[in-house]
Amino acid sequence: MSIVIVDYGAGNTRSVRAALSRLGRESVVSADPDVIRDASHVVLPGVGSAKAAMSHLQATGADDAIRARYLSERPVLGICLGLQLALGRSEEDGGVDGLGIITGVVRLLDDERRPRLGWARVEPYGEAFYFAHSYYADTPRATDFALGVTAIAERRSFLGVQFHPEKSGEAGLEFLESWCSRV
Amino acid sequence: MFPRLIPCLDMAAGRVVKGVSFEGLRDVGDPVELASYYSQGGADEVVLLDVAATPDGRSTLLDVVGRVADALTIPFTVGGGVRSVRDAAALIESGADRVSINTAALAQPSLITDIAERFGSQAVVVAIDAGDGVVHTHGGRQATEISTLEWARQASDAGAGEILLTSIRQDGRRTGYDLELTRAVRAAVDIPVIASGGAGSAAHIAEALRVTEAALVASIVHENPGGLVALREAIESEGIVLRPWRES
Repeated sequence: MSIVIVDYGAGNTRSVRAALSRLGRESVVSADPDVIRDASHVVLPGVGSAKAAMSHLQATGADDAIRARYLSERPVLGICLGLQLALGRSEEDGGVDGLGIITGVVRLLDDERRPRLGWARVEPYGEAFYFAHSYYADTPRATDFALGVTAIAERRSFLGVQFHPEKSGEAGLEFLESWCSRV
Repeated sequence: MFPRLIPCLDMAAGRVVKGVSFEGLRDVGDPVELASYYSQGGADEVVLLDVAATPDGRSTLLDVVGRVADALTIPFTVGGGVRSVRDAAALIESGADRVSINTAALAQPSLITDIAERFGSQAVVVAIDAGDGVVHTHGGRQATEISTLEWARQASDAGAGEILLTSIRQDGRRTGYDLELTRAVRAAVDIPVIASGGAGSAAHIAEALRVTEAALVASIVHENPGGLVALREAIESEGIVLRPWRES
């Protein structure tokens, strides 16, 4: 198996690599569309702004490579911003078009205090994970929720999580391991 | 969100140090080792502050940050000497989840906005050393004329994702957090606030967590890192519900 972590300039790729390595799984960080297309598993990590991330993905051709993987049913895991980028559109940065893999719109959280920082229980999954976000994925593809908003969304081979499994202790490592075991 | 318990490691020259009211630093251990203890012991996050922050200590700091990132399975914030977007980027690329800025943000508030635009506001923590109603600089030694509440509001408006609020009076004294200060700053902003300075018991931490979403702890855990598990339990017996956590 080969895991590729998509590099788009702002993502904290090191922590994802470290978590996978803890599971005994090697990974490489790349923005090369061919490498992304050929990998058995691809992680789209998430830190930064939607607009900067999308233009980076478009500039390298990684956006098409990720869509192609999705169409050929090969696993992609979107983490935090990586989930949000998969939607059709984001209201962040005055409006940004996403990858369009998942139906829905990314919206600003309607919280008294933003960003949401810290651990929250994901239901019905049942474990607490670490979140750090101001926007959320408003999508009919949501399968699990945390404090009223999408925590996990899935469509065919794309799995998106709003939380950071690479920063969520043992529960996060278990979640990553179960995704790595998908074929 | 569950309330957060955040051990803080003050560092100088790649070692963890601790002083009282920012004075008299002494060596208390290895940052990677201590951060890992806390990660395994049920900390919700860890903060690393380079209190010496000398320009030639920068590569030592980045090396420590990288090793901490490889060792931890929880998020961590790094602060001390962040003066530019480039400094912030170097820390985040080395594996820090968030950066904390202090003096440089006072001199140039647009730095907050610049880092937030590139890495998201959740990546920017503005550290405020507060005493007698005003912001202090140089590790708490020098008073400015800037009002603490005014600055907190301005930092929040500039795009900060969180305020790390240290009471200079209470820091290292173990007589409890400055709850009045914490309440006032929290009321002035619409971002989360970490209370810091003064934790001496589980009851102090529980008090702070009834006022705000997160509490920083230092001396109380450094002297007995293995005691974090017991500290969590003691905080929960004060009626605070921390996140579900299992020992790894």
